[in-house]
Amino acid sequence: MREYARFLWRCWRLSFHGDWKYLTWMFLLTVISLIGLNAYAKQLVYGLSTTGMTDHVSWGLYIANFTFLVGVAAAAVMLVIPVYVYKKHELHDLVILGELLAVAAIIMCLLFVMVDLGRPERFHHLLLRFNFPISMLTWDVVVLNGYLLLNLHICGYLVYCAYRNRRPTKKFYIPFVFVAIVWAISIHTVTAFLYSGLGGRPFWNSAVIAPRFIASAFAAGPAIIILTLQVIRAMTTYPVADKAIQLLRGIVTVALSINMFLLGSEVFTEFYTGAAHSVSARYLFFGLHGHNALVPWIWTAVALNMAALIVLCTPAARRLWVLNLACVAMIVGIWIEKGMGLIVPAFVPSPLGEIVEYTPTWNEILVGLGIWAFGILLYTIFVRITIPVLQGRLTIDVRYPTGKQQHTNKDAGRPATA
Amino acid sequence: MRLPVLNKSAGACSKSPRPAHPGMTRRSFLRRGAVATGGLAALAASLSPLRDLDGTDSFSVQKFLQKHYKEMSPEEMEGALDRIRSEVERRYEVRPEIRDIKAMDGVEFVYALNLSRCIGCRKCVHACVAENNQSRDPEIQYIRVLEMPRGSIDIEDGNHHYDRPTVPAEGHYYMPIQCHQCANPPCVKVCPVEATWQEPDGITVIDYDWCIGCRYCEAACPYWARRFNFSKPSLPKDELNPEMSYLSNRPRQRGVMEKCHFCLHRTRQGRMPACLEICPTGARKFGNVLDPESEVSQILKSKRVFVLKAEVGTLPRFFYYFDERDPFSQMTPIPAGTEGGS
Repeated sequence: MREYARFLWRCWRLSFHGDWKYLTWMFLLTVISLIGLNAYAKQLVYGLSTTGMTDHVSWGLYIANFTFLVGVAAAAVMLVIPVYVYKKHELHDLVILGELLAVAAIIMCLLFVMVDLGRPERFHHLLLRFNFPISMLTWDVVVLNGYLLLNLHICGYLVYCAYRNRRPTKKFYIPFVFVAIVWAISIHTVTAFLYSGLGGRPFWNSAVIAPRFIASAFAAGPAIIILTLQVIRAMTTYPVADKAIQLLRGIVTVALSINMFLLGSEVFTEFYTGAAHSVSARYLFFGLHGHNALVPWIWTAVALNMAALIVLCTPAARRLWVLNLACVAMIVGIWIEKGMGLIVPAFVPSPLGEIVEYTPTWNEILVGLGIWAFGILLYTIFVRITIPVLQGRLTIDVRYPTGKQQHTNKDAGRPATA
Repeated sequence: MRLPVLNKSAGACSKSPRPAHPGMTRRSFLRRGAVATGGLAALAASLSPLRDLDGTDSFSVQKFLQKHYKEMSPEEMEGALDRIRSEVERRYEVRPEIRDIKAMDGVEFVYALNLSRCIGCRKCVHACVAENNQSRDPEIQYIRVLEMPRGSIDIEDGNHHYDRPTVPAEGHYYMPIQCHQCANPPCVKVCPVEATWQEPDGITVIDYDWCIGCRYCEAACPYWARRFNFSKPSLPKDELNPEMSYLSNRPRQRGVMEKCHFCLHRTRQGRMPACLEICPTGARKFGNVLDPESEVSQILKSKRVFVLKAEVGTLPRFFYYFDERDPFSQMTPIPAGTEGGS
């Protein structure tokens, strides 16, 4: 137990050490997080009227980001499945990086839910009267926290074993890995049911929402992992094999095509029948009675996703810079489509047919940016600690990085100069 | 295994006048101190808006420990009511008459609205605001009156913001919409903390001290009947209605939901809702549907009533009808044709 506390203390110390690039990056993220905290403090004082939300559009940017990030968290399994199900063990260490991303994403999700609450200080009411299994929101609380614990356990156990120079005992983590694979699907399915279970919102009340969520998550999530792995490769001495990235490319291509197919099915059903139920979709894609705030956004998303899909289907995508471009396009496209493009139009028009548009306020945007910065900060720290441990440069026996050794070992945060 | 290392450094410490920790020089100590101080100062600065937190709505142990409505013993409820009394008195300088008024046995409330009579004067909207201590700025209203063009029953054709010197306008009829007190309420289903529930007399209520403000119920309601306090409710002292109950019109806080509760502090004591009392045309009818002699029971039997959005399956207790008597109830039955097909 004492040894574990010491491990945590060394991790804490380590997160403050690095080269100037690392320190600048961390400083920047800290500043943005604090600006976000400042904006949230204002929201606490003046209420949610500091946001652009109204009784008409009662969920906005926060819930949109929450939905997107649940997908990112769920996508960690796209690294786990090849390793543990198809035994591609050369990717073994990468799984930890993927699952740590899931941990950071889930923490961001929980923060986005917290800032959306009107009475966050009553959060403990969830523990006292938990409307389970009736309310889908309670399901979401269960699966998100469960997923967080599962991933913390798997990553924590593997990393700590590496730190202690022990071989991980299989029965302590393999069962959890398989549970986590199923669990990852469940977190995004439950989040989709949160919306599709509402009969009063025809735009959401569609069976295709859950499959669409999974498909878009398995496109955007691995796309983020592709970019992250390359950043890790460039900024640290950690060898990330091209093979891993190319494997993810395949996953992303398939998932994005499925996503576009499901989006197409949705659009066809909405528009071909031309029923009254399609008003929200009409608002989203074409505008309604001169109100068209979301029209440029959704077409940008469609264009970005289409472009990414076309590029991914060509051999050019094997070149990394092309792949990266496609990934960025896809991440932005899916963020718009699944965030603002899915949450906001369900509220426009209102159930009584009134059209009130939604634009996030600056305060709301700053809170959101703060949470993103904090999440990225956490992930940076996770990677900062995990990589030297996995490489055997930070173990129980190696004093690191204190005293004079600091100079030689500090290069961990720097690309290998060879 | 590791201990010798520690001992070595401790030994080094005792022998040499250099700082104890090998990594700790005076310069690095000062630098770390500066970084830590700077970090704490930045944290404090970013939290500084909290200085303006509203004192009348601040954290208190009693509020934090208050139980869910259904779990409070009569004594605990009395304690909560006392707290609310003194809070209201402090803020509005009026001693309120607040009680926890329970549902009556054998009563299920139902509303019926005569669309032939409603003239769209919106008097119900404002009587409701005055009765139920809603925020005045921004004004929260439970009733929305739609101006409908004749020939349509689709609420998407309704005009929410009609502004005329006189009503009714030629070629239009009016449809007031408020909480339908559904028998299968989607808002109750989705609430993660059971802060909203259906009472035995059919009224869906909210415990304002339990709601966490997630607004899932607002997203779930097909009738747009729920309202959220995005900012602190503002209510002038002289406009406070001191006659209140725990589950209905006591003043609300920032960050919680509220909605129409059929004026339960009145109706559970044999009075009519404020919106009905003010109505100049008698378009609004309210009563106990379990009593076959009540006016609403008679209306449900004899008029062609309908509910809004029957297809969403919420089973509203709010019925609309037009004035004609149901002609079929007067007719002598004639033989029906046989079922078609072969």
